Amino acid sequence: MSGHVLSAVIFLPLLGVLGLVIGGRQITDAGARWITLLVTLVTFSVSLAMLGRFTAADPGYQLIEQASWVPGIGLQYLIGVDGISLWLVLLTTFLFPISVLASWTVTANVRRYMVAMLVLETAVLGSFLALDLILFFIFFEAILVPMYLLIGGWGGERRVHAALKFFLYTMAGSAFLLVAIIFLYAKAGGGTFDVRTLADTAATLPLATARWLFLGFLVAFAVKVPLFPLHTWLPDAHTEAPTAASVLLAGVLLKVGAYGLIRFNMALFPEASKHFATPIMVLAAIGIVYGAVCAISQRDVKRLVAYSSVSHLGFVVLGLFAFTQQAVSGSVLQMVNHGLATGALFLLVGMLYERTHTRQLDEMGGLASVMPWLLGFFLFAVFASAGLPGLNSFVGEFLVIIGTFAISHWLGVAASIAVVLSAIYLLWSYQRVAYGAVRDEHRGLADVSAREVVVLAPVLALLLVFGVYPKMLTSAIDPATARVIEHVAPDHPTTVVTGVEVADEGSRG
Amino acid sequence: MVETLTSHDASVLWVIPTLPLAISMLNLFVGKRLGRWAGVLATMAVAASFAVAVASVADLLSRPAGERLASQHLFDWISVGGFRVGADLRLDGLSAMMILVITGIGALIHLYSIGYMAHDERRGRFFAYLNLFVFFMLMLVLGANYLVLYLGWEGVGLCSFLLIGFWSDKLTNAEAAKKAFITTRIGDTLMLVGLATLVFKFGTLDFVPIFGAAPTVLTKDAATVIALLLFAGAIGKSAQLPLQVWLPDAMAGPTPVSALIHAATMVTAGVYLVIRSHVLFEISGVALTVVLVIGVATALFAATCAIAQVDIKRVLAYSTISQLGYMFIAVGMRAYAVAMFFLVAHAFYKALMFLGAGSVIHGMHGEQDMRQMGGLRKVMPVTFVTFAIGALAQAGIPPLAGFFAKDALLEVAQHTGRTAVYGLGTLAAFLTAFYLGRMLILTFFGKPRSDAAEHAHESSPLIWIPLAILAAGVAFAGVLELNPEGKLTSLLDPLLGALHDAGGLPFATLAEIAVAVAVVALAITWWIYGSGRIDPNAFRARMEPMATAAQHGWYVDRAYDVVFVQPAKALARMTGEVLDAKVIDGAVNGVAGLVQRAAAGGRLIQTGFVRTYALVLFLGAVLVLGYIGVRV
Repeated sequence: MSGHVLSAVIFLPLLGVLGLVIGGRQITDAGARWITLLVTLVTFSVSLAMLGRFTAADPGYQLIEQASWVPGIGLQYLIGVDGISLWLVLLTTFLFPISVLASWTVTANVRRYMVAMLVLETAVLGSFLALDLILFFIFFEAILVPMYLLIGGWGGERRVHAALKFFLYTMAGSAFLLVAIIFLYAKAGGGTFDVRTLADTAATLPLATARWLFLGFLVAFAVKVPLFPLHTWLPDAHTEAPTAASVLLAGVLLKVGAYGLIRFNMALFPEASKHFATPIMVLAAIGIVYGAVCAISQRDVKRLVAYSSVSHLGFVVLGLFAFTQQAVSGSVLQMVNHGLATGALFLLVGMLYERTHTRQLDEMGGLASVMPWLLGFFLFAVFASAGLPGLNSFVGEFLVIIGTFAISHWLGVAASIAVVLSAIYLLWSYQRVAYGAVRDEHRGLADVSAREVVVLAPVLALLLVFGVYPKMLTSAIDPATARVIEHVAPDHPTTVVTGVEVADEGSRG
Repeated sequence: MVETLTSHDASVLWVIPTLPLAISMLNLFVGKRLGRWAGVLATMAVAASFAVAVASVADLLSRPAGERLASQHLFDWISVGGFRVGADLRLDGLSAMMILVITGIGALIHLYSIGYMAHDERRGRFFAYLNLFVFFMLMLVLGANYLVLYLGWEGVGLCSFLLIGFWSDKLTNAEAAKKAFITTRIGDTLMLVGLATLVFKFGTLDFVPIFGAAPTVLTKDAATVIALLLFAGAIGKSAQLPLQVWLPDAMAGPTPVSALIHAATMVTAGVYLVIRSHVLFEISGVALTVVLVIGVATALFAATCAIAQVDIKRVLAYSTISQLGYMFIAVGMRAYAVAMFFLVAHAFYKALMFLGAGSVIHGMHGEQDMRQMGGLRKVMPVTFVTFAIGALAQAGIPPLAGFFAKDALLEVAQHTGRTAVYGLGTLAAFLTAFYLGRMLILTFFGKPRSDAAEHAHESSPLIWIPLAILAAGVAFAGVLELNPEGKLTSLLDPLLGALHDAGGLPFATLAEIAVAVAVVALAITWWIYGSGRIDPNAFRARMEPMATAAQHGWYVDRAYDVVFVQPAKALARMTGEVLDAKVIDGAVNGVAGLVQRAAAGGRLIQTGFVRTYALVLFLGAVLVLGYIGVRV
């Protein structure tokens, strides 16, 4: 395994699937749960081994594994990790055991449910680690099926509608991606799908071609992020998805989209990335404000968190296309932080739902006096999500704001508006859940169980740790993003320059 | 100009905020099991913090004037692409005064809270929040850069939210908590943009390089923009016009909270921020004028509101807003040492009055309406005497602390030729003495006007001992300023620059005018409310509808609701329920529908099963790949 740590990370969950399938009906529900938990925990520990072998200062791909797959067309099994994918992989392997443990209350078709979870993990991890475009595409598409099954099979009342919408919407985006990949392969040639090689050969494409291809990639990833106005599948999917699917959808799946933008759009089409930066940033800034405004008016708590994701992911895209060191690193940081903060919120909302059987804010109230610990944890996650300094989300958002401000004052200011809007929708919803009079049917509800504490504690702890010491993450992110910026916009002010020089630039933006 | 101070390392600074933080965490998780000890431990933590603070400040004072700056680098907080923000602490004359107030008065308020919250079963939680507040407040003033300051700034906002809404089963309390947080966050958002602008201009958020380079880097206009953005944060936190609306509602919190957060410390953070950033404000010039105008307007506005209140805590709330206005007047005139003296004096007498009010409310079994009180001086003698000392101090009766503070401020106004400021400041002083006299008489004099007042009782020693200590402080604090070469200015001048005095009316004359104004105002209140010759109710009736308008803060709240809050809610509803659900999602569903209709001819393809689609897509991909493979 020593030379194949990345493969081990990707395929360990699939090994678990094998076990669950072979074991068949002989495996009890409890057995399926424990097996899956164990497999995801092992995967997590192997990913920690990956972290141990990672060199933070090295900006390039590391731990590369390469093997020819379909030699005729140059298709390779090519995987590697850099400072950008590193934390997304760890976020994934970290959130999966937690999601499995949070799924302990699932009672229908447990074995199938767990199979879907494990397939999903492999697909997501493969997407983050693939460096061959077709390999990536296969993993990327493979995400859809287990997620579709999770929403459609174990979701809420309108689960079929939501699952179908999720599937078709994302698939429509993927169609563009596939066409663009094949076109790129045919035009830029070189007989390979290796991203590293294509990054060089794609530079020979005519500008117009590169820009069209860029748009093809963009549509697929923008749907996934989701970037305004392609976001409407998300609230539906979140509302109907079971808790663990919501956690993973917000926590890692959305990041695949943002990751695609930085890994593929920027690497393959640097000129087009710069060319389209302004309209994309404007859409992102609109999404930040728009998502927050929509969140304010929601009555369903899961829809509310879904819209807050639209707003927070707007920060990610805004920062990516600002091409300053602070903004891009802040974006990658924000991907991880949003995964944790929103993951925590969905876990907590799920626990509330299991007790009250409602997602409607108007039907809750006063729960803080019934379940002080649960609501205390909820408040902690709420403030992390609202960007309270000292907790994790603040750092990423602040870096995106200052990094964007250096490029455009107005976009920086627009992003800042989210600071007050997020306080409004988060505190208002918290108040409706936690404060006021208790409904009679909610009296005597049980506070967090030991299992739930085990689910929540690691996530909540990281909200604090990454808020106080984000350098843990940024020391590896920084070199990798610097390389991206160097590739796309070498002339850009990669750092916020100090002193008088900047004062002369004051008129810009 | 400001001289540059030589810095030295201080390795104990971190202890000052960490003590309350540690006990806060302890109380948060096991506070319930600690029972009575929760409060004792919390108080000891702040007291120990105070001891370390005193030692640190003493060490600072033992050094020559040019070397009174201690700093400590704990770790790198953020470090991305050459932009670095450290978890850095800094102790200088300005933060020294703040930490002494925070931990000193804070410890007394904690002590008081042990008695005040004795019968609340969630007191563990209460002390956890209270200690956490002290931690964040200390970070705010000890931070050596704007981001650590902002950490504290938002943190105290969080604790304020938690403590205002502490009794959250009553929905109005929760509403007040949310209103406080969101209103102040409007200011914070602008402040955050200010920080982004600072990073843009200086590439750092550290105080030392920013203030050092500011005169060369910033144009007047740029300085104005940054200063006003920072001041917006201060307006929110210090409840100045036009963001004053949250503070009166914040009185929903337990009274020790009002004393600590909404009188002595957090609300003064805005004053601290502007003084800390005075270099930027001075380059701008205009920004200082804005500070001055807002200060004058708020001091007068809130004083008129205070006159008409019937709830004893709301009098104190408006009074606090007004007094903070005074502090901004001093800042706006560049009289920073005066502002800081005012801040310290106010912290003492306002904390004293809030705690006194708490004692009254306790004795009255929760009643806060002054119309139900009366005659309490006989049954609550200690509360009465200490409360009166606080009120007289604020009214400006010598030799109590408030007299010197206000007099110094008016003297600066007069001596720098700001006659209008002097006049309006004196008018506000008249109103101040009036509402304080009214409150004092309605509460403690005359005959009891309710059963509760009849049967009121003095509070336990645990509650009145802090009152006595604070009262002594109110009397003593004035002495600091009696000596013109007092420690205070010598501590602050090297840091902030001394004030140029153009001369004017002599000190004695100004003092005589000020005292005369206060005494006349108090006499009038006695005549109206205490002498029995006038019916106060009839007096109020004659003042309608002004009295009711003033009682409701001149309906600013209601106007905001109509002009901003309701339209914003409607807009959010429109966006969420119409624009997003119908227009944007409608377009998506429309496209899907079109595709479906177009495919209606080919029913065979349209099987409606996702797995079929998936299969088709997969086959398609294979075909295309195969095609490519053949071509290659």
